[in-house]
Amino acid sequence: MGAGHAHVLYRESTSPVHRLPPEVKITAMVLFTVAVVATPREAYWAFGGYALLVAAVAALARVGPRWLLGRALIELPFVLFAFALPFFGTGDRVEVAGLGLSVDGLHGAWNILAKGTLGVLASLLLAATTTTRDLIVGLDRLRCPQVLTQIATFMLRYLDVLVGEARRMRVARVSRGDDPRFLWQLRGFAAGVGALFLRAFERGERVYLAMLSRGYTGRMPAVWQGAGAATAGQWAAAATVPVIAATIAVVAVVLT
Amino acid sequence: MIGYVQQPPSLDVRGVRYAYPDGHVALHGVDLTVPRGDRVALLGPNGAGKTTLVLHLNGILTPTEGTVSVGGLTASRDRDTLAEIRRRVGIVFQDPDDQLFLPTVAEDVAFGPANLGLRGAELAARVDEALAAVGMSEHRDRAPHHLSFGQRRRVAVATVLAMHPEILVLDEPSSNLDPAARRELAEILRGLPVTLLMVTHDLPYAAELCTRSVILDAGRIVADAPTLDILTDEPLLAAHRLELPYAFNPHTTPHP
Repeated sequence: MGAGHAHVLYRESTSPVHRLPPEVKITAMVLFTVAVVATPREAYWAFGGYALLVAAVAALARVGPRWLLGRALIELPFVLFAFALPFFGTGDRVEVAGLGLSVDGLHGAWNILAKGTLGVLASLLLAATTTTRDLIVGLDRLRCPQVLTQIATFMLRYLDVLVGEARRMRVARVSRGDDPRFLWQLRGFAAGVGALFLRAFERGERVYLAMLSRGYTGRMPAVWQGAGAATAGQWAAAATVPVIAATIAVVAVVLT
Repeated sequence: MIGYVQQPPSLDVRGVRYAYPDGHVALHGVDLTVPRGDRVALLGPNGAGKTTLVLHLNGILTPTEGTVSVGGLTASRDRDTLAEIRRRVGIVFQDPDDQLFLPTVAEDVAFGPANLGLRGAELAARVDEALAAVGMSEHRDRAPHHLSFGQRRRVAVATVLAMHPEILVLDEPSSNLDPAARRELAEILRGLPVTLLMVTHDLPYAAELCTRSVILDAGRIVADAPTLDILTDEPLLAAHRLELPYAFNPHTTPHP
């Protein structure tokens, strides 16, 4: 059926960023985001510095700006709220193109937009250079609770199975003349979602039985985590990004 | 057999009765012995209790009455006994998507032996050996959902082979396979040096692989004879909702 071969976010490549172990990249991404968020919003130059940093990593990872900015549109629904702030904010107002805008609101909007965009770009870079499987391995090596990594593992494995089932059910429904175009025609779809949930539930039971049959006792055997963990050199190489970001943040805090 | 060291049979089911919690009796006293190295087909219509019997073989279900012994070890609720029984009985479930739940083939094959406590080189050797036995070595790092259905079923066989089972139990091994995949699986199964119990209503497949067949119907063993004798006994087959496929003549098939 050819389903499941497409990686939505991952970009196949052998760049230096791709070759870094996942736990290193996850840590760098999180620390970078923390530095960005901790920066005072009035330190405009600092955000320019962060943007340059993101651009440098993107270039190193051979991820093009078009790809990156296209995927970054995902944040739009989340920052729409930011555009309302200048209109509804209180306090001093400035006149821009005939509109009376709140200074405080403008700052707030800028704050959300700049920090949100930088965070999304950093996450996209991580996703573009690390396969989903490696992300889970990385989280596991960072001592993320096993329950979470196991749930993620199951999701990774069964998402395609579920999507396939949903697609087959939809084709079967449409083949029998169902053509939901309007909200009030969604009955078939809603029943399908229910059926899909039941199927997923039953599959969960069967998967668990099959796991029991192979000696599962409630804990995943820790087998593969040890191999290929990051070296000190790799940690140091990846640390450059959060170190520069932290420096910018500290300087920004001191100056403002 | 006097003068020979008597080996315990791979599987010895004695008087197994089972009633579901709702009172429905699924098995009415099943007796079945499979000597070591034999290949036996367990035939029966849908709803005969085949799957219920299979779940008794490795202690997922506990009989209301009767015993199940595997290679001389009688199943009980005791944890260690249960773990050993589950090692000795390798069940390949009907849907490989239920069996293969980890992101890569090699990890999934390693799951069983890792549950047995194997690690490192020993574990890797088990995985290599099991994948080689089903001809899937070159796919070890692929995701199960990227494999064809036949390949997935072969990997499912490997996941239990890696545990070095005393007996391999296959639930409808030929279902959903195209003719070539079906033949390839038969060739692999014929070459495995293990005891085999094949649950199926695919009568030609039973004739191809098993010298002996038993019919389970309404929770009872109603026939136990050489496969060819059973397949040529039309009244017997008809009485238990079994039929030979159109244009299939058991008289002309070569002996397995």
